[in-house]
Amino acid sequence: MATDAPTPEGITETRPAEPTTEAFIATQESAEFGELRHAYRSFAFPLTIAFVLWYLLYVLLSNYAGGFMGTKVYSNINVAFVFGLAQFVTTFLIAWLYSRHAAAKLDPKAEAIKSRMEADA
Amino acid sequence: MSAAYQSHPALQLAASSTTEHRPLIITLFAVFVAATLGITVWAGRQTKSASDFYAGGRQFTAFQNGLAVSGDYMSAASFLGIAGAIALFGYDGFLYSIGFLVAWLVALLLVAEPLRNSGRYTMGDVLAYRMRQRPVRTASGVSTIIVSIFYLLAQMAGAGVLVSLLLGITSDAGKILIVALVGVLMIVYVTIGGMKGTTWVQMVKAVLLIAGALLMTFLVLLKFNFNISDLLGTAASKSGHGAAFLEPGLKYGATGTSKLDFLSLGIALVLGTAGLPHILIRFYTVPTAKAARKSVNWAIGIIGAFYLMTIALGFGAAALIGPDEIKAKNPAGNAAAPQLAEYLGGVGSTGGAVLLAVISAVAFATILAVVAGLTLASSSSFAHDIYANVIRKGKATEKEEMRAARWATVLIGAVAIALGAFARDMNVAGLVALAFAVAASANLPTILYSLFWKRFTTQGALWSIYGGLASSVFLVLFSPVVSGNPKTSMFKGVDFAWFPLENPGLISIPLGFLLGWIGSLLSKEEPDRGKYAELEVKSLTGVGAH
Repeated sequence: MATDAPTPEGITETRPAEPTTEAFIATQESAEFGELRHAYRSFAFPLTIAFVLWYLLYVLLSNYAGGFMGTKVYSNINVAFVFGLAQFVTTFLIAWLYSRHAAAKLDPKAEAIKSRMEADA
Repeated sequence: MSAAYQSHPALQLAASSTTEHRPLIITLFAVFVAATLGITVWAGRQTKSASDFYAGGRQFTAFQNGLAVSGDYMSAASFLGIAGAIALFGYDGFLYSIGFLVAWLVALLLVAEPLRNSGRYTMGDVLAYRMRQRPVRTASGVSTIIVSIFYLLAQMAGAGVLVSLLLGITSDAGKILIVALVGVLMIVYVTIGGMKGTTWVQMVKAVLLIAGALLMTFLVLLKFNFNISDLLGTAASKSGHGAAFLEPGLKYGATGTSKLDFLSLGIALVLGTAGLPHILIRFYTVPTAKAARKSVNWAIGIIGAFYLMTIALGFGAAALIGPDEIKAKNPAGNAAAPQLAEYLGGVGSTGGAVLLAVISAVAFATILAVVAGLTLASSSSFAHDIYANVIRKGKATEKEEMRAARWATVLIGAVAIALGAFARDMNVAGLVALAFAVAASANLPTILYSLFWKRFTTQGALWSIYGGLASSVFLVLFSPVVSGNPKTSMFKGVDFAWFPLENPGLISIPLGFLLGWIGSLLSKEEPDRGKYAELEVKSLTGVGAH
């Protein structure tokens, strides 16, 4: 490794040969890796911002729009309760969406780069 | 609306029936302890290498780890704390359930897979990857231990509540004895069983907790003919607050400051999970990043189902027991779930005593499993980050490193026992939320910057970790959590609180992010380009992961 601070390894484990730093830089700059990075970031980052905003909306409405949140929807079930349950639903939904995206778009690309780098090392 | 509340004469008998059935309760506790010790000894025999001790040999399946993650995550805060918070404050307590769950998306989308791909044993492996090793590993070790101690404090408070409720022990000496017993057990679990033993204990606990919660939810709903609106309505009228009980604002809506506290809590909950060291190291126990992703999905399903049941448990306790009886047992509501169990089984009857004993044993199992996970995380970080990589500069042998981990376990156990005596009357969910705030302030910024920001430097990491850590702990120290509140503060007779919020997240989390950014921009050293290439390629592809 060409860098001055190699990761300290107090412990030995059986492991595949480690590619060189140059190989990592070359991969990082490759178009193939760029596509993987783009496929990951363009999905995960906006989705993260979206669910954080959606959650903050819930927290802020709870804080500053008590009247609206207290509106009865059905018998004793009010908007706040429905909003809370909606957070559960969207959490399950986003977990499912991300996993589907990862399996279809990320895993094959990642696997290809990994096997090529480990074969070269 | 207000005076509709009536006391249950039957509950007066509770104490005597508990005493009568004490042998049963002690037997159930003993069975669980014996079973988990058996698992621990069995796991200990198979723990030979450091990878076994720290990461359970990395051979757990995604489902097994999903269960163990759930067992590690659903602490006394989730069971005793949330049920109590909902029972006393209605809808405001429900924020915990939502925040604790939504937080998993941060872990799923941004942290779990890259961490599994690029680290080996501790959170510090990833934080220090691109940085100068010694200072960043030290910072990461310090932060891991402090976050874990905050979390431990809450679990110990929960243990104290259970014991006084069940065994009628109210003297300080008795409570300290029980806290000490929990401490000794956790030391045994971790030193002997390592990650393998801890993982199996967490899986068993997760199954017990879900089964217990399902049973209670079913019994609560049965009382209301499965009409949730009816349950909510009864809870509202029994609470003495009417419809306001079902709306946000009962605990946090009074003033502008308390509203900020709600916001602060909300932010800490959603950003804390992905920075909790004892959760992060669980991702090292599976063979691949894909398995780490699947275990998070399992965990989201299991934890989500559990938090949905907290609605029935919390509002059920409010409707069936009522706030006065709950506060009489514990001012913060921590005893609501066991009280509800006794009620559902029939107060004063054998059924009530059995259900109380079973649910309390489940809560006890919950506490032990989480405490073991926390202790493992902090002793691993001490041994791997501080001892092996800083003190011995990477020259320690595997044996020496594991010996250091075991000694660290004993030390951290002792600290937890000593601190456990103080935090009895605070809601345990509130206490855990402090650990979330510290984790989100000190750990999450550095994790995210390390993984995703090219220009992040050692100075940025240190400013962010120490700045987030110091500001969050400092603000807690001068908050109503520690002093100033005659009912729930740790130190009741004194008042040196000047920070009005109970949760520091609103200030300390943005500060942690800001310091990491400024620290990097003002840094004289150039970011290590080669190391960033290694970390980024590894984190996304798993090259060289093992």
